[in-house]
Amino acid sequence: MESPRSYRFSFALLAIALFLSWLLNISSGSVSIPFADVLSSLLGKNTGVASWDYIIWDYRVPKGFTSILVGGGLSLSGLLMQTLFRNPLAGPFVLGISSGASLGAALLLMGTSILAGFTSFSFLGDVSLAIAASIGSFLVLAVVMLVAQRVKDTMALLIIGLMFGSITSAIVSVLAYFSSAENLQRFTFWSFGSVGNLSMDQLLLLAGIVAIGIILSILSIKSLNAFLLGENYAQSLGVSLKKSRTAIIIATGLLAGGITAFAGPIAFVGLAVPHLTRQIFDTMEHKILIPAVLLYGAILMLLCDTLAQLPDSASVLPINAITSLVGAPVVIWLLVRKRKMIF
Amino acid sequence: MAHSSTNILSVQDLAIGYDSKVVAQHISFELEAGSLCGVVGINGIGKSTLLRTLGGFQPKLSGDIYLNGQNLEKFTSSDLSKELSIVLTEQPASKNLTVQELIALGRQPYTNWLGSLTEVDKQKIKESLDAFLLEELRYRKCHELSDGQLQRVLVARAMAQDTDLILLDEPTTHLDLYHKVQILKMLQQLAHGQQKTILFTTHEIELAIQLCDRILILDGKNHPFGNPCELIEQKHFDRLFPSEMVQFDEKTGTYKVNK
Repeated sequence: MESPRSYRFSFALLAIALFLSWLLNISSGSVSIPFADVLSSLLGKNTGVASWDYIIWDYRVPKGFTSILVGGGLSLSGLLMQTLFRNPLAGPFVLGISSGASLGAALLLMGTSILAGFTSFSFLGDVSLAIAASIGSFLVLAVVMLVAQRVKDTMALLIIGLMFGSITSAIVSVLAYFSSAENLQRFTFWSFGSVGNLSMDQLLLLAGIVAIGIILSILSIKSLNAFLLGENYAQSLGVSLKKSRTAIIIATGLLAGGITAFAGPIAFVGLAVPHLTRQIFDTMEHKILIPAVLLYGAILMLLCDTLAQLPDSASVLPINAITSLVGAPVVIWLLVRKRKMIF
Repeated sequence: MAHSSTNILSVQDLAIGYDSKVVAQHISFELEAGSLCGVVGINGIGKSTLLRTLGGFQPKLSGDIYLNGQNLEKFTSSDLSKELSIVLTEQPASKNLTVQELIALGRQPYTNWLGSLTEVDKQKIKESLDAFLLEELRYRKCHELSDGQLQRVLVARAMAQDTDLILLDEPTTHLDLYHKVQILKMLQQLAHGQQKTILFTTHEIELAIQLCDRILILDGKNHPFGNPCELIEQKHFDRLFPSEMVQFDEKTGTYKVNK
């Protein structure tokens, strides 16, 4: 019902944790910069070493913000899907939405070269990659939604989502087989997932997409809460099913599709974070859950990115692998420990 | 059409069913404010279909349904949500809601775009909690409740929606005799005490005879409607089931198995 005091305390804790993990994220990287210098550079003072300022402001700060957008956005899309599909195991990855985005990206990155021979890649801007990935995720989401209305069984829905994942990865393999080495490499790197390679323009575009997704979700809070009772009850409470379902699907597609376009398919964050959040915020009220999963997801992503960025080493692990390594055990733990994932 | 002002629900020559298949037709009845009405009939005769049609979930085939004097089809879904609430056989999608959260959702037709509760809303929620003896369970999660408790919560949610008409689909299934009587008694109190019009489908014919003000018998032919005593005198209950299996005893208002 109303947000009680205890949640305010948890929110404050999360906000502090977010700030700390952001600092940690920014102060670690392949080049070792003393923490005091990181701080002074962030506060606008010169560290005295020009390359350090450059690394912090032009690389690490954008990367930190990308992590926040990616983690928060993916987690929110997971929460929306779990409520919309009334299924605790729903998430952008499990339902094949990320695969749809991959397919869109693969068609753009590799398909165009097959169709047009040696087309140069330069005319394909960031926007077209975002659009292709978003269209891919929307298509899969729409099909899953159609199937979900026929199949009431939640297990069947998940299996269908997995099948979509198989189909899309099969098509991607075929594309890869005929693709040039250069384009294949591009796609492979994209599919590892990364939050580090975004230019300022890309970051702004991503921020815009995530912002639209968040606004749509906030506008849907009331209908999301009604959906907790089921669609028939929601309708009897005066919720316009078509309108609110469309708003939620667009929000999910934009969030999952847009983020996947820029950061690659990042697994498990969308599925695991809403459940982790419910361990702290023991409520189903979306007014509380939406800001909570945004914060929680951002923190988790920052920490995963810090892990991926092996301290003081030049190598960066694929972030997708890290989130899987962290996320999959969480899902298993939830299932074993709690017997069922309560939604 | 003539509607007396106290008639909340008025159904005239209604035919229900799906596209090509008529499930039941020629259904007519009127319900006054404050009356408790049971709908009885054998499995598959169309009780749930009738309820879904009255609730606006599926279109009628022909005939008229008037709610508070206005054609049911003329209501927008947000207007309808202030006139009619429903309790379905399906379980709530999320059982992780607390009792109080679930009942509070009943106030959605009246709350702002964020769903913030006003003092009036909180008062209504409290009244519903009290009426269905849920005060102590208010912070419990729905998955922790027994079937009987959960059913009370769902009816309390409908009460919090504060509508003139409440429809319930088989509110007594899966309950033992005590809880069946308890929920029906509570419905009776709600109808008589707060002048709510309540229509529910049930297989508990013997309880319905004792507790309902009106009974609608769906028999696939002329669908008799009236108060229980009239219907007994007119021997409508005798014809409800094949007589070689069970027989209706008019004196006690119960069915006896043929030995």
